[in-house]
Amino acid sequence: MLEATSLTKRFGGLVAVNDLTLTLGQGEIVGLLGPNGSGKSTVLNLISGALPATSGEVRLDGERITGSPAHRIARRGVSRTFQLVRLTPSLAVRENVLLALAFAQTPVTGSEARDRADAALRRVGLAGQGDRAVGDLNYIDQKRLELARAISTAPRLLLLDEWMAGLNPTELREAITLISSLRGDGMTILLVEHIMEAVRALCPRCVVMSAGRGIADGPTADVLRDDAVIAAYLGKAAHA
Amino acid sequence: MRTLPRSALASLAAIVVAVPVMALMPLVLQDYAHGLLVGLMSYVTLATAWAMFSGPTRYISLATVAFYGIGAYTVAVLGDHLAFAAILGAAALIGLGVALVVGLATLRLAGIYFVIFSFGLAELVRQVITWFETTVTHTLGRYIFIDVTTVQIYWLLLGLASVSLLLRWGIENSRFGLAVHAIGDDETVARHAGVNVTGVKLALFAASAVLITLAGAVQAPRWTYVEPSIVFNPTISFITLIMALLGGANRLWGPVVGAVPLYFFFEWLSVRWHDQFSIILGLTFVAVVFLLPNGVLALFERRRDADPVDRHA
Repeated sequence: MLEATSLTKRFGGLVAVNDLTLTLGQGEIVGLLGPNGSGKSTVLNLISGALPATSGEVRLDGERITGSPAHRIARRGVSRTFQLVRLTPSLAVRENVLLALAFAQTPVTGSEARDRADAALRRVGLAGQGDRAVGDLNYIDQKRLELARAISTAPRLLLLDEWMAGLNPTELREAITLISSLRGDGMTILLVEHIMEAVRALCPRCVVMSAGRGIADGPTADVLRDDAVIAAYLGKAAHA
Repeated sequence: MRTLPRSALASLAAIVVAVPVMALMPLVLQDYAHGLLVGLMSYVTLATAWAMFSGPTRYISLATVAFYGIGAYTVAVLGDHLAFAAILGAAALIGLGVALVVGLATLRLAGIYFVIFSFGLAELVRQVITWFETTVTHTLGRYIFIDVTTVQIYWLLLGLASVSLLLRWGIENSRFGLAVHAIGDDETVARHAGVNVTGVKLALFAASAVLITLAGAVQAPRWTYVEPSIVFNPTISFITLIMALLGGANRLWGPVVGAVPLYFFFEWLSVRWHDQFSIILGLTFVAVVFLLPNGVLALFERRRDADPVDRHA
């Protein structure tokens, strides 16, 4: 459902993403791995339209989305969370979710929106918190709210940028259950994640990047044993 | 159909009650007070229209007087040729055109760059008109002879103030209310939630600019004689901004609450302390920004310990 072809992003002399090709099948959960600075977040930014690509293209269900502004891509059913939580603190918790519903492909407002927002909040574990101020939530709850905003519109494609970073073991187990339940709703998920436990539990398939290039793509267990991947993470010397 | 929060209905009721009361004021007050009413309603309109764009989006604009002056100058130029209503229509269109061009060019600028640009815009417009008048028409000043009474001007301004308040009320209570506050917080989040950020900002800026242009145009007949240095006086931009900030630019009634006391304060200052006016104006500005960064209404609300995110007050 998602095809990124020869995707490239240059920042001046730095090539953050270099000729990356990536395909996601309908309903897949795919992990996007790689050492820090390998270009994973940039790939999410190119797909969501936060950054324009230098070259290459992204197609969503056959339609080209590269070059479209981020709000059009969002309305086509691409939702995301951010590596560092980004919310709207001058709006109450529920209103953060209502915002996404009100500007979806088919805008939802009024009591239906309220019900859907509350359902999304319930689902991420924020039941009954709708009227609170965003600033009163702790970090984990802010991450939950960000996910509620992303899933409230029932997106076709969900991009998660280290959404599980910082969770304790109990929260991590809940998060894994929650994310696998999203696949049941028909969402395709691309997640950038450093927590291997979550990657193994959620992603049957992984793509690994290093220095902007895709260096491996395949079943998670195979990819994690791949020589090039081990070298990228640990350096050549570790591979004795 | 969505149900409106009680505070939103209360705000609407307040507009519905306040407007007829204010409309009757000239009939109750003596003639000499009519000039004060015009000045007061002018700043109520300017502050409310300014805050419509700058409040939630946090783009601090010092271009108020650019549009205000464009409105006044349109009247000065067209005064002998068209009916007053037609002139106001022309002024609104010119204000809209300038706002769209300027908005498209500058709303990508962040924070301080936008402030500087908006301040420069007022100077630019003033210099362009001065150049045009001195080199093309060879007249720097213009006389305005339009038969409009002070009370009629006051009613027109009251109409503009009402439209500004109702428009802002409508925005706050529609989905665009969520969008404008999200834009003020984080444009990237707003974009990824599906908001056409550039479009919303441009529409707000243009609506605000047209109202400010009309406020300048409506009052022009009171001057009789205008020249660029009179109608493009940057102090008007600063006073508008302080008023909105004092009451709370992020709230519907904030600019009104700030405009009323400050208008009388500045009137008194300009009579009693004429030579020190600019100094005291500057000190007031500093005091408001330091002591009441979110405005008087926020202070009041915190005391009441009300809903932390109520924006309808």
